[in-house]
Amino acid sequence: MSGSLELDDQAASAKSPPSSISMGSVRSAFDIARTQNRSLLVGYLPAGFPSIEASARAAEAMVAAGVDVVEIGLPYSDPVMDGPVIQEAVDHALRDGVRTRDVLALAGRVAATGAPTLVMTYWNPVERYSPAQFARDLAAAGGAGAITPDLIPEEAGEWVAAAQHEGLDTVFLVAPSSPDVRIRAVAAATTGFVYAASTMGVTGARTQVGTAAQGLVERVRTLTEVPIAVGLGVSTPEQAAEVAQWADGVIVGSAFVRLLLDAPSQDAGVAAVGELAAALAQAVRGARR
Amino acid sequence: MTTTPSDAVDGATLAAPTSSGTTAMPDALGHFGPYGGRFVPEALIAALDELDEAYRAAMVDPEFQSELQRLLTTYTGRPSPLTDARRLSPHAGGAQILLKREDLNHTGSHKINNVLGQALLTRRMGKTRVIAETGAGQHGVATATAAALLGLDCVVYMGQEDTQRQALNVARMRLLGAEVVPVTAGSRTLKDAINEAMRDWVTNVADTHYLLGTVAGPHPFPSMVRDFHRCIGLEARQQVLALTGRLPDAVAACVGGGSNAIGIFHAFLDDAGVALHGFEAGGDGVATGRHAATITGGAPGVLHGTRSYLLQDEDGQTIESHSISAGLDYPGGGPEHAWLNDLGRAQYRPITDAEAMEAFQLLSRTEGIIPAIESAHAIAGALVVGRELGPDGVVLVNLSGRGDKDVDTAARWFGLFSESDA
Ligand SMILES: Cc1ncc(COP(=O)(O)O)c(C=O)c1O
Repeated sequence: MSGSLELDDQAASAKSPPSSISMGSVRSAFDIARTQNRSLLVGYLPAGFPSIEASARAAEAMVAAGVDVVEIGLPYSDPVMDGPVIQEAVDHALRDGVRTRDVLALAGRVAATGAPTLVMTYWNPVERYSPAQFARDLAAAGGAGAITPDLIPEEAGEWVAAAQHEGLDTVFLVAPSSPDVRIRAVAAATTGFVYAASTMGVTGARTQVGTAAQGLVERVRTLTEVPIAVGLGVSTPEQAAEVAQWADGVIVGSAFVRLLLDAPSQDAGVAAVGELAAALAQAVRGARR
Repeated sequence: MTTTPSDAVDGATLAAPTSSGTTAMPDALGHFGPYGGRFVPEALIAALDELDEAYRAAMVDPEFQSELQRLLTTYTGRPSPLTDARRLSPHAGGAQILLKREDLNHTGSHKINNVLGQALLTRRMGKTRVIAETGAGQHGVATATAAALLGLDCVVYMGQEDTQRQALNVARMRLLGAEVVPVTAGSRTLKDAINEAMRDWVTNVADTHYLLGTVAGPHPFPSMVRDFHRCIGLEARQQVLALTGRLPDAVAACVGGGSNAIGIFHAFLDDAGVALHGFEAGGDGVATGRHAATITGGAPGVLHGTRSYLLQDEDGQTIESHSISAGLDYPGGGPEHAWLNDLGRAQYRPITDAEAMEAFQLLSRTEGIIPAIESAHAIAGALVVGRELGPDGVVLVNLSGRGDKDVDTAARWFGLFSESDA
């Protein structure tokens, strides 16, 4: 790949060090999927909704049904990136008293399924916990890394260092509004995958995946070799199949949470999550045939 | 790169604040020491960069400056007067209490200074819609006003609890043509209104400017909003000099997000002999846990895009604030105040609901001025500072707003509604 010296440097540092790509890392899951010419399915659930136990079982059901990578959301009081569905779930979890340490333990339990498990967290809970300690405890629990939606590369120095020290993957976001120079900076700080926001907006199901999404993915591709997963608004197998044709990963969140919110019982919710996961997994795996 | 306070600047220039001593400007990423910065979704960064660029260009554009100046003079009514509060003075140990009358601005508070600046910027950026958060409703009213003046669409997010305690301002905003959206999430106050405004902004950023109402939020808001309020202190400094022939011993202001306080503090930052006092909402008392005193009773962290002091629990979850004053009822605050606190250049102390309401009544009865309950916190603080200084002291107080919107709350507090009125 050609490009400016600076870009080559950044791209190189984004790929190294290889030692951080351990077994069970997010990056290695993407690398394997790439050799199989398929996209990965990434499933999100907030910790502690409807209860810690039920969220664990729902995540396990996801993995059993074919979700490749799990995101466990750390409930936060001011989730500015989230729409009403996820807000309602995390409000519930917080009212139930879910703590950061519960989320780390849950991530460990889900990671035991063998699926790389990331914690998705707004920055302040990590800052309060201490970034170095958070990385240590997440790594010790078996977590693969963290997605930090309100942390931009310019503010991420401490987290990148802590994650690298513990061999955790970092995941940062790009959006349709991101100019190339920022996409390069995001990719340089990212070891796991670049999280491409499909549209300008917050989480929540949409009837259509934004048309901006494919263009964004194509643009990011020209700027980095880091894998790219698309999230925000993907909820149906049809949408997932479409995105899986051109993205390295398909991220589904609110659609699962909606099922848990609407289910008559926790068991029914867990079962519904498993069913949707199976349909999505089939769609993603079949997308490029 | 530190400079010494002896590089003191002449504070009388409106544009481009200079840096010296403790007035060191934020770095390119908006950091005031360890505070400030940008903690927002990547999707908003392009808009923040665009805003920063437009703002910096506008500050050195004579046409923008003269348009802003024209509005501040002919629409807002600037300069706002300075009132020597002679009948209040005995209650402040005999110290001279000088009131900077931001309550006399069009729309009734200091908020209009910043709003007009940002509304002009909105037009300059080619955007057609503004959104805002509001607590007391003063910022919402000011934004709705500027939107009407400049022909912009306007949506104001307001916590449902605040729409109830500030119903008059809700009606004002609607009269001005704004849409008011009551926010029912979380604590249903200002912090939740900001969350909702940020969600709107990230979705509609192409044609929408988020007209943030205080010196918090991601860079460039803290320094930009401050600069639009610097006129308060620049005017007051000259007015005090003209009236008394000297600088004040102390400057007092209430601190919610911190915009009126930074606006009046800034012109005095390099005057080492002028003490700067910020008064936070102490609610039921900081010891009770029911308060909004973020510097006194909080800890550094990140909320709404900036690092500053905030009320948070052990896990970094925001704790709900409490204050009788909707405009101070916010668990975060401006990063520059956090930095001025840590540097020791400004002192921050809490004023309880009861102390503020006592000052509210006192100012009404001694000076014939009904202050906003927010501003009553500054009055209460000034009484304390005045007593500490004694009869030779001069205290400049930012009277940030008027109390029309608070008459209902005050009438309830003082039991002024009798059964027969009902
Ligand atoms: C009159 C008045 N003073 C003060 C405030 C607090 O804001 P800030 O601390 O940004 O000046 C408000 C906010 O609504 C207000 O209406």
